[in-house]
Amino acid sequence: MNKLDLSKLDITIAVTGLKTGDNPQPGVPVIRSIRAAGFKGKIVGLVYDAMESGIYLKGLADEVYQMPYPSTGADSFLARLDYILSRTKIHVAIPTLDSEIPIYIRLEKELMQRGIKTFLPTEEQFNLRDKIKLAQFFPPLGIDIPKTHLLQSADDIYKLKDELEFPVIVKGRLYEAYKALNLFEAQKHFFDLQAKWGLPIILQEIIPGDEFNVVIVGDGKGKCLGMVPQRKLVITDKGKGFGGVVVKNPGLESYAQRVIEALSWRGPCELEIIKGEDGVFYLIEINPRFPAWVRLAEGCGQNQPAATVLLAMGEKLDSLPLFKPGTLFIRHAEDIISDIALLGDISVNGELVR
Amino acid sequence: MTLAVNKNGFIFDPENGISYTVNETGLFVLQKLQAGLQNGEIITSLCAEFEVEPEQARSDLEHFAAMLKALNLAED
Repeated sequence: MNKLDLSKLDITIAVTGLKTGDNPQPGVPVIRSIRAAGFKGKIVGLVYDAMESGIYLKGLADEVYQMPYPSTGADSFLARLDYILSRTKIHVAIPTLDSEIPIYIRLEKELMQRGIKTFLPTEEQFNLRDKIKLAQFFPPLGIDIPKTHLLQSADDIYKLKDELEFPVIVKGRLYEAYKALNLFEAQKHFFDLQAKWGLPIILQEIIPGDEFNVVIVGDGKGKCLGMVPQRKLVITDKGKGFGGVVVKNPGLESYAQRVIEALSWRGPCELEIIKGEDGVFYLIEINPRFPAWVRLAEGCGQNQPAATVLLAMGEKLDSLPLFKPGTLFIRHAEDIISDIALLGDISVNGELVR
Repeated sequence: MTLAVNKNGFIFDPENGISYTVNETGLFVLQKLQAGLQNGEIITSLCAEFEVEPEQARSDLEHFAAMLKALNLAED
């Protein structure tokens, strides 16, 4: 299949999650990938915070609008969207943050009525990949998961002390994960994560082996339209991959395909997989959106964000172009110089039109 | 062996994303292995190229092969 070309697509695309920095969101690389496919139409950035760095990047988003947090509910989300639509059309929306995907899924009909198309999983598919469901749903299908415990209280850690082998990973329900070397550290992480993300807390055994991340666009019928696997080469102290290389591993690809088939996943996602020293693949996590390293997919020949735009527009794609193994990415941080007036516009008016 | 070997001795294993570097002799042996040469032929080539005795070449090749196997870069 040839490289995807969006140069003749005269539409407006909205993308969320424009923060970069030490814990980057995927919006900026999604927009860059779309632009790399020749897209010359309008890009609208939807942000939650005036300090999302992508707002200040020239040539990225043509217009930026502040959105209410998803937790404020559907009414405020739609009211804000209707205001934005009074200023600009939006034909396709690509949400990129875990916490906002559910509201975009639930409001698919309302979005369609407003002329906004998405390419997302169903609510059922979304819920099955929840960290707290992985250990129940996948093992009966022959997809291995590291030994996982759901904790409702810090006491649960003590109750498990005889069967736990430290170190373990302690994870928040939505975000963040920390390695705990002993019971006390596990308890500390439990309280920190509970305060931020609520219950349950997930406690998972560590599988020694090779860790891979795979970015995928599923067709919703069990097939991967595109798949790019990478191994992280640079990992920050927060566990974020700031460098990686595309790998070609048939065993890994067929394992990832089985995961997508089990869910009939529709839309973008990222799988975190470990090939244990025992040679077995283990599914660690499924993130329901593009990862922040998705630019690597475009860079190795498989522009998944561009494909997602076309799929949302209803175009039929059987498969995406092949990727080039050995393609490398290194994340580079750079200071953006801007004017305080831009911060004023977005802070006071909640919008910025260039 | 699916390793990507460049002329400077930088080796990339596309299956797991790990990279290695080898010296001139290691690169020479890897290129011969990739060309499908058997151990005896590689030893002869090593002796011709690096002016070493066959016993030395055999010992070095066995050591290098054991290392490749330990790193899962070669099969038996």
